[in-house]
Amino acid sequence: MRIRHPAAIAASEITPRALFDRRREFLRASAGLALSTLVPQAEARLGPGKPSIYSTSEAPTPLKHVAGYNNFYEFGTDKEDPAQYAHALHTRPWTVSIEGLVQKPKTLGIEELLRLAPLEERIYRLRCVEGWSMVIPWLGFPLATVLKQVEPLGNAKYVELVTAAQEDTMPGVKRHVLDWPYTEGLRLDEAMHPLTLIAVGLYGDVLPNQNGAPLRLVVPWKYGFKSGKSIVKIRFTESEPRTAWMKAAPREYGFYSNVNPEVDHPRWSQATERRIGEFFKRRTLPFNGYGEQVAQLYAGMDLRKQF
Amino acid sequence: MNQAWLKPPIFIASLLPLAWYLWGLQADALGANPIEAVTRGLGTWGLNFLLITLTVTPLRKYSGWAWLARLRRMLGLFAFFYVCLHLTTYLWLDQFFDWTAIVKDIWKRPFITVGMTAFALLLPLALTSNNAAIRKLGGRRWQALHRSVYVIAMLAVLHYSWMVKADLAKPLLYAGLLAVLLGLRIGWRVRERNRQRNAIPPAKTRHTIPIGVRR
Repeated sequence: MRIRHPAAIAASEITPRALFDRRREFLRASAGLALSTLVPQAEARLGPGKPSIYSTSEAPTPLKHVAGYNNFYEFGTDKEDPAQYAHALHTRPWTVSIEGLVQKPKTLGIEELLRLAPLEERIYRLRCVEGWSMVIPWLGFPLATVLKQVEPLGNAKYVELVTAAQEDTMPGVKRHVLDWPYTEGLRLDEAMHPLTLIAVGLYGDVLPNQNGAPLRLVVPWKYGFKSGKSIVKIRFTESEPRTAWMKAAPREYGFYSNVNPEVDHPRWSQATERRIGEFFKRRTLPFNGYGEQVAQLYAGMDLRKQF
Repeated sequence: MNQAWLKPPIFIASLLPLAWYLWGLQADALGANPIEAVTRGLGTWGLNFLLITLTVTPLRKYSGWAWLARLRRMLGLFAFFYVCLHLTTYLWLDQFFDWTAIVKDIWKRPFITVGMTAFALLLPLALTSNNAAIRKLGGRRWQALHRSVYVIAMLAVLHYSWMVKADLAKPLLYAGLLAVLLGLRIGWRVRERNRQRNAIPPAKTRHTIPIGVRR
């Protein structure tokens, strides 16, 4: 007996290849349309941003996790606290003062900062010192763009980043878990490195407050805590700044804090990590997989001692 | 008064934390890092049951509800149950049974060392939580063995506080509760010793103490 197999899908039902290839654009456009008709006052989307050669092709972590599982101790020390409380953060008006060892100190408003350079999409891995990791599509521009505005002096060797400590909006600031305001720092060559990003958005949209709105640092080869959130001041210094975590536990957190599977946190191993959404753990890569771009910054240094 | 009927509902209630995590896993309701949530949650419940078990005796003494003593073994075994599950999540979901890594971890990480020590000390208590063991060991020796639960609870709180990055609020809360529970027992001991010292001495020596000196 002859069995006929009818075609499962009529040819007319199949999406033409050209349209299929543009499906993301279509979704994005329709999402944008839906948003603009439903909430006309909603902030305009920032994205999609120029694609970057520095982006990874790994699957990005879903937005609900990127914006729902955060360490932002100013809003509380539980991972869910920032998403719960950060809506109160005042993000406008917002200025960033750039000062210290510079020719032309400046205070830039967030609007000016957003006009400094075209936004790029940088899909970076993020490795937390606690042993988990994500892949996040940031929107932003190199920190170098900002630093060049003020003409650093010859003796400037480091930049210190000071972040917001709004007592009225940040419940965590009332408790002395860390020395507020939270500060971080980079050596000048690290700060000027093209991978070092000022992020103002993620997933094509304005940065959620819990991720460090309106602007934050992203240094993808270092543990996440180096990437300070909600920055209000950038100061050029000659000596190495003492960061908030170095003050809290100098034995556990060094100035460099490069992702390094060989150098354990004194209390736990850094050899592996759990990518959010995955069951098995992954091997952690030196410099979080950015060694090709940044390893030469540390040539000749003993990274066990200068951790 | 016979409160035996209370045992089954308390047994069921003691399983609710486990039910919550099992439900949460399949409903994807445990946030971005469900494995971490389960590992920490089960550890917390192990510690909760340790403290609940240690509350039984003070509560019995102050309330006069003698029947509470009958719940102590079950609650203690639930502490062991949750600690076992907590340990399993570490061995399986954190280390994937990589025994060399586990041994290294126990050796190198003080908070793991302390946690493992607490588990090793808890094991004989769980194994002797039956009437046969009490008969075999004799009441006194059994009781002496089971007093190690005080040390175990202290190690458990230490294990928790050494794991935390900066915010010690919750470990300190547990430390405070434990201090109260252990402090009560020290108080009873001191009072008991004083009572014995001031008690009427044995007949043999009674007359050697001049009347009027006592009290």
